[in-house]
Amino acid sequence: MNKNLPRRLGKDRAATLVVFLLAIIPMVPLFLILLQLVMKGATSLNLQFLTSLPRPPGETGGGVLNAIAGSVILVTLASVMAVPTGILAGIYLAEYRDKILPHAIRVAADLLQGTPSIVIGILAYAWVVRPMHHFSALAGSGALAIIMLPVIVRTTEEVLVLVPKDLREAALALGVPRWRMILKVVLPTGMVGVTTGVLLSMARVAGETAPLLFTAFGNPFLSWKPTEPIDAMPLVIFNYATSPYPHWWRQAWSASLLLIAMVVLLNIAARLMARKIGGR
Amino acid sequence: METSKADKVFEHLTRALGLLVLATALGGFVTLCILSWPSIKAFGLSFLWSRDWDPVANKFGALPFVVGTLATSFLALLMATPFSLGTGLFLTEYAPKKLKEVMGFMVELLAAIPSVIYGLWGIFFLVPLVRRLEMALNVPPYGVGAFTASLILAIMILPYATSVIREVISMVPRDLKEGAYALGATRWEVMRFVVLPYARSGIFAGIVLALGRALGETMAVTMVIGNRNEILKGLFAPTNTMASVIANEFTEATSRVYLASLVEIGLILFVITLLVNIAARVITERLKVNQEGFS
Repeated sequence: MNKNLPRRLGKDRAATLVVFLLAIIPMVPLFLILLQLVMKGATSLNLQFLTSLPRPPGETGGGVLNAIAGSVILVTLASVMAVPTGILAGIYLAEYRDKILPHAIRVAADLLQGTPSIVIGILAYAWVVRPMHHFSALAGSGALAIIMLPVIVRTTEEVLVLVPKDLREAALALGVPRWRMILKVVLPTGMVGVTTGVLLSMARVAGETAPLLFTAFGNPFLSWKPTEPIDAMPLVIFNYATSPYPHWWRQAWSASLLLIAMVVLLNIAARLMARKIGGR
Repeated sequence: METSKADKVFEHLTRALGLLVLATALGGFVTLCILSWPSIKAFGLSFLWSRDWDPVANKFGALPFVVGTLATSFLALLMATPFSLGTGLFLTEYAPKKLKEVMGFMVELLAAIPSVIYGLWGIFFLVPLVRRLEMALNVPPYGVGAFTASLILAIMILPYATSVIREVISMVPRDLKEGAYALGATRWEVMRFVVLPYARSGIFAGIVLALGRALGETMAVTMVIGNRNEILKGLFAPTNTMASVIANEFTEATSRVYLASLVEIGLILFVITLLVNIAARVITERLKVNQEGFS
């Protein structure tokens, strides 16, 4: 037994080292990506980059204003479609105890959540692009909305189920109709959690590229019309990164830095929200 | 009277929107089937094992892409699993509290980075690196190819596997661990003989879930896999996955059968990820039952 002890302790120490290494090594690519984003991205990131439109290949200068505006429009439109729908569907799952339907809806939401985003793109193509006969911001935001919807539905349900029964009963006992009880008592109590879910889903779709390839398609000009093709930050990064022009590569890095800043900000906002719940 | 009417309206409204979620999922499946019908009719089941992909002759088969997807995803899983396991253990059992928080945040950050940025980094950092490796190994130095794609997939799926693994490891009852420590077990022995066996099926679920992610991942793979429509010839060879061929060729699909074939590949991808997600779910459900039985 005692003879074994040094060996066991040695093994333990070796295992600690291995676990430490296995945990540290994945941080290396993270640091490399962030470092290179800042170093390569900052060089072309200036006012002109933010406020002007792309120039033809070969000419230097130019910016990504069209893509910034496009991304904002796409994510806003997608949120307008998905947030109210998702919250109300989540309320249905949490508040109304039907027999089979809620179960089926939950399965459907999980299924949508697991569907690859490129397949969602095909659906938006079939449902919006084909009937309209051309690419459009509407189709792109529709695809993003389908990606956001299941996330919002499930978070809303999870959060609302946690709202204490007493609150509901107190409101109902005061003679408040059920729908007002839900909207004025239950939903506000869970609002922080719901907002967290919404922000996280917005952060996710802001970086989505695949479902936009054949829906929003891209557009080198500034466009505000939902029925026209529109550009987006991820699309610009993809097109520039795979182009043969070094000048565009540099801009792809800058656009990436900008995009990651947007995504991280949304994530931090969501985390702060989530912490607020924890504090309660 | 008034209020009960409003109640009914509200209830119907929420139910209708719930139904919309259901309709989207079902309608999505039906839409994929309808859109891929010309290809299903033309090639039948042979679509699954045909290697032809010839838009000029209008002959299509999905095998190279199915192989490409499965090969890159499983290779990525192989690479990511030890690291997710190590990170999961480190974040629950080894790290001091402060470090836990910081590293937990960093792992989440890894999940938050958009796919297209991984692709950009892959093109300009990983591809030259792999090219050098290939020159050292005396294989054709493409740089792009299945290996590079798997490498980047491994990094991308790591946080998903890690977060599930972390959660199940933290659910291992304290009593069990303390009992083992009280018997004089070292920390590694507690991990090896108590924690890991207890969390085994949950760890497996996390890995399967990460597989589901890897199968459908599009942009990063598209940017580094080389986009060649032939069956995988070797570890480093350029090829295509189901997702990447759709991303590359969907807007170029000129004929009806061409487009339908791409949609059918989407349908196959949809079904495969569905099956994988169901598998992960069955495992976690069983886990829940086990735990209820335990306490």
